[in-house]
Amino acid sequence: MSTSTLSRPRPETLRKPTSRTRSNLSGWGFAAPFLVFFLVFLVWPILYGFYMSLTGKSLTGANDSLIGFANYAEALADADMWRSLGNTLYFTVISTVPLVLVALIMAALLNIGLPAQWLWRLSYFAPYLLASTVVSLFFTWMYNPQLGLINEFLTGIGLPRVAWLNDPNVAMWAIVIATLWWTVGFNFLLYLAAMQNIPAQHYEAASLDGAGAWRQFFSITLPQLTPTTVMIVLLQILASLKIFDQVYQMTAGGPGGSTRPVVQYIFETGFTGYRLGYSAAISYIFFGLIVVISVMQFVITRRRSA
Amino acid sequence: MAIPTLTRPAPSTTTGNSLKIRQPRRKLTVGRIAAIVVAAVIAVLWLIPFAWATATAFKTETDAAAPDVTWLPPSGFTPEAFVKVFQDGNIPLWTWNSLYTSAAITAITLVISALVAYALSRIDFKGKKVLMTVIIASIIIPPPVLIIPLFYQMLALNLIDTSWAIILPQVIHPAMVFVLKKFFDQIPRELEEAAVMDGASRLRIFTQIILPLSRPILAAVAIFVFIGAWNNFLWPFIATNDGNLLTLPVGLQTIKSAYGIQYAQNMASALLAALPLIVVFLFFQRQIIKGVATTGLAGT
Repeated sequence: MSTSTLSRPRPETLRKPTSRTRSNLSGWGFAAPFLVFFLVFLVWPILYGFYMSLTGKSLTGANDSLIGFANYAEALADADMWRSLGNTLYFTVISTVPLVLVALIMAALLNIGLPAQWLWRLSYFAPYLLASTVVSLFFTWMYNPQLGLINEFLTGIGLPRVAWLNDPNVAMWAIVIATLWWTVGFNFLLYLAAMQNIPAQHYEAASLDGAGAWRQFFSITLPQLTPTTVMIVLLQILASLKIFDQVYQMTAGGPGGSTRPVVQYIFETGFTGYRLGYSAAISYIFFGLIVVISVMQFVITRRRSA
Repeated sequence: MAIPTLTRPAPSTTTGNSLKIRQPRRKLTVGRIAAIVVAAVIAVLWLIPFAWATATAFKTETDAAAPDVTWLPPSGFTPEAFVKVFQDGNIPLWTWNSLYTSAAITAITLVISALVAYALSRIDFKGKKVLMTVIIASIIIPPPVLIIPLFYQMLALNLIDTSWAIILPQVIHPAMVFVLKKFFDQIPRELEEAAVMDGASRLRIFTQIILPLSRPILAAVAIFVFIGAWNNFLWPFIATNDGNLLTLPVGLQTIKSAYGIQYAQNMASALLAALPLIVVFLFFQRQIIKGVATTGLAGT
């Protein structure tokens, strides 16, 4: 070890007295590999995307010149853009509620202390491990109007068949059901972990006071979970806004554009319509929406905790 | 050097070190029975898609497409759909593609994120606050916004239709940098002080003191990144057209058109694609659940 005459380094910084420059060097040195990727594959594309949105750039290379905000003006007058944005928001609203609520119910049930924990966790969480394509194959098959298991069940109990993915009034709900099955396990795990962190003394005290299971759930568990619920809702909203995979795979946005989300519209204008500049402009409108929603969430949670 | 009696720091965002359930103290009451029934109903609903896909995959194509929807096919169960899918050879190829791209993404992400997280946690350097702010702010950027410029960039770099096009843009996980930094913050500094006095370099301190103490969080981040990369659809779908490079989720999208109405083969392919992660989960359930619970709230 060191001799006792050496001065001890300051614990907060751990640097040797003379090595200010060395600290700068090693700090940026450690950051460098990440920074390279960060700058090349995140910062550059986000800046370049904005530049593209100001040009008439297309995959056919027709018009690379700057055209100002013409793409934005066109997008704001584009009924298809608004419709796809509306679909995305609609999906976000109707999917977030069940994705949070069902997760909470699942976790609450398990938290009572059911036997064979692993079995429940496996069955609730396993779908989260599937690729979107697998989920879409499963559900397209189950939703099949003639041969599907779901319609077979409905007709079995005397209900009419439903054209799940082919009925514009039902298709989005069919997507929500598939999404619920697929990803609720993630929120469920977060809830379960949070519930198991609630100190047992809370419940013991309540039991002594004669509070039953329902009472305990509503006056201890739920209030203790508030911060977790807020986080899960926020993350779920942001995740739902990015909806693309399962819609593209199950309905391709149909029938009649009734399920097409904005990410699919971005994809199609860029890669099917070859209009990269216009597509970039819509990306930025979408990005702006996400920023606005995030800031709103931030302000609301700040106010709540203040 | 390191003091052996020091306890390992607990991961910051978790929830306790074990996900063990509180021991049930109550007996079988009506309420508990009702809870078991409801939990079982949900579990059955959640298992039906797997069961139905399995039943279909083991039917003959004729039975699978028969108008009589039944769990038990008239001609009995047969593995012929799986045999056909394997003879095609696509699923093994796609699985391999997914495996090595996801492994590469996970490895690169871990190395670069841990390094920068260490700098943010421990080294006092000029511009650190700005760097931290920029990384946290970038969490907000949704990947779909980047697809158009990234595609153009990949064209310019001549990387379209290479594995690099799939791998490189997926290694940036600002939220995971943040998770790692928070963990490093909790490791007692005294451990490093002694090493500094012994003249150990930053890199040695990082690899020999910090990393070994951080195994649980590194595993959690690795699991989170790997699952995400394994299942990612949008970017690999855009980045490659080459049939030999398709990942499992993207390749699976092509079979619908290729096989048409061959339901048994579709389900056999979907099940084979689902199998690897489900098997891994069965073996590492505890670690995966802990990993997801630790990293989950940090965002995607």
